[in-house]
Amino acid sequence: MMWLRKKLDQIKPLFEKDGKFASLHPVFDAFETFLFVPNHTTGPRHEVHVRDAMDLKRMMVTVIVALIPCLLFGMWNVGHQQALATGIAMSGWEKFLFGLEKTLPIIIVSYVVGLGIEFTFAGLRKHSVNEGFLVTGMLIPLVVPPTIPLWQVAVATAFAVVLGKEVFGGTGMNVLNVALTARAYLYFAHPSDIAGSGIWVATGNQATVDGYTGETALAVAANTANKLQEAGQGFSAESVVNALNDYMGGMFTFKSMFLGTIPGSIGETSTLMCLIGALILIATGVGSWKIIVSAFGGAYLTGLFFNAIASNAYMAMPAHYHLVMGGLAFGIVYMATDPVSAAHTETGKWIYGFLIGVITILIRVLNPAYPEGIMLAILFMNVMAPLIDFYVVEANKKRRLSRATV
Amino acid sequence: MDLFGLAIRSVFVENMIFAYFLGMCSYLAVSKKVKTAVGLGLAVTFVLGITAPLNWLIYEFILKEGALKWTGIEALASVDLSFLTFIVFIAVIAAFVQLLEMIIEKVSPSLYAALGIFLPLIAVNCSILGGGLFMISKEFNFAEASVYGISSGFGWFLAVVALAAIRERLKYSNVPAPLRGLGITFILVGLMALGFLSFAGF
Repeated sequence: MMWLRKKLDQIKPLFEKDGKFASLHPVFDAFETFLFVPNHTTGPRHEVHVRDAMDLKRMMVTVIVALIPCLLFGMWNVGHQQALATGIAMSGWEKFLFGLEKTLPIIIVSYVVGLGIEFTFAGLRKHSVNEGFLVTGMLIPLVVPPTIPLWQVAVATAFAVVLGKEVFGGTGMNVLNVALTARAYLYFAHPSDIAGSGIWVATGNQATVDGYTGETALAVAANTANKLQEAGQGFSAESVVNALNDYMGGMFTFKSMFLGTIPGSIGETSTLMCLIGALILIATGVGSWKIIVSAFGGAYLTGLFFNAIASNAYMAMPAHYHLVMGGLAFGIVYMATDPVSAAHTETGKWIYGFLIGVITILIRVLNPAYPEGIMLAILFMNVMAPLIDFYVVEANKKRRLSRATV
Repeated sequence: MDLFGLAIRSVFVENMIFAYFLGMCSYLAVSKKVKTAVGLGLAVTFVLGITAPLNWLIYEFILKEGALKWTGIEALASVDLSFLTFIVFIAVIAAFVQLLEMIIEKVSPSLYAALGIFLPLIAVNCSILGGGLFMISKEFNFAEASVYGISSGFGWFLAVVALAAIRERLKYSNVPAPLRGLGITFILVGLMALGFLSFAGF
């Protein structure tokens, strides 16, 4: 590696203040610190404080590592879903290659557009390139369906990076989670390409098998409940579960939803892979376990509450089914834990996570307009997080003042 | 109509700020600090909560066409005073704001000073007159009008307090110079509206 270090040191003066390419300094800096741990030190003059190697860059790379299980499984699942939908026999390797072919262009578009904007802003505003987009650029492909038109990915990424992040000053200063801002933009601007039943499975222009509808588990559950209600039939806790189990010959059993062999956005389907990612994030201290635990807890308790007061079949569905359906696990593990847009105080994290879980299930069960609620629940709590922090800090001040003796 | 659904809808979906852009002037001006935002938000909720049902009574029993039938006087039975709606509603709102102003001055002089000109300006806050007029055009009954008043006031309160908390945090952001102040706040309000869409459909 020494030749690389030497080469970098050799061309470094070109990018310094009076060098030939001074305006490209952020670009050079980004690559240099990406390749080598920076030797920056802090301190007033005789700089003696060595900085922790765990800087923003290592943190973001840790999140990328935690995303790899979801990414690889998601690629395989895109192929697996095609095989299920068209009835064509494919080997595991073929499935993976088919998914790769569908997923890679989305990843490339998201990175090229986002990093292009990031580098432009860094040059114009003379700050260093932030690594935050490495994670955002990976999250965006994982939360869109495999059939998404690439131009929409580009527009949504540009919208989220410019209006959601750069106008606030870049990484660490945004209010809403950037990847979810991109998804919400698609959701409201191009709803026909990101919601409904025909878009979750890339069939590769093959005819689908008879009776195949390509719906998600959430839609099947909601439709079943509606049908029972319209028919005026009674319901039990099993009515939705049976409908899910019977759908397409056992597509939505609890096990298959936990493993993730179901249609959905590319990376969101597998609860198991999200839990592996959660373990990586918690073990390295990058993601807050408080948010993850309280959000799952909030969702589960809300599910139990609806079971107790059930007035339709969806409400009566066992609470643990909610935890493996849709994007709940993915959203909680990778997006609710975003340290920038989440609550910053420790008590605040419990409240923030818990309310995300509660609101998600509320939207799923009570709101007929949206089948899934995790995206909007996280965005809503992103808006409320500073307020939670404010009151946590105020309460702390009050507690400490009451202890003070004057 | 389901009152609970109405309340949820008027807090989140038909939010005075994010759906109708009403009461924007004081919303943007008094959202720099959470404490003053809470004060103004409570004041708006109080005024809206009281004046909505009060205006409903006035409209139903005095202003509406044929509303004066209850007097039993033949000549009044077909009188239509609804052209007076705006002026009467504003008079009622102004009277209440005056009352509120005296209470706040007495109870919390610091809040009174912090709210400054925006307290008397609640009298012309669009969301309060808007609340009264929506209630007429949506043909609510008395219970619905009361719930509507309180909950759309609460929606305004929630919006202004959340914005104030975010703006306090925004001090640490590095906003491009041309956008500082109101520019970034407008963008922020647009992004916040995304979050409030979560309940659309109730």
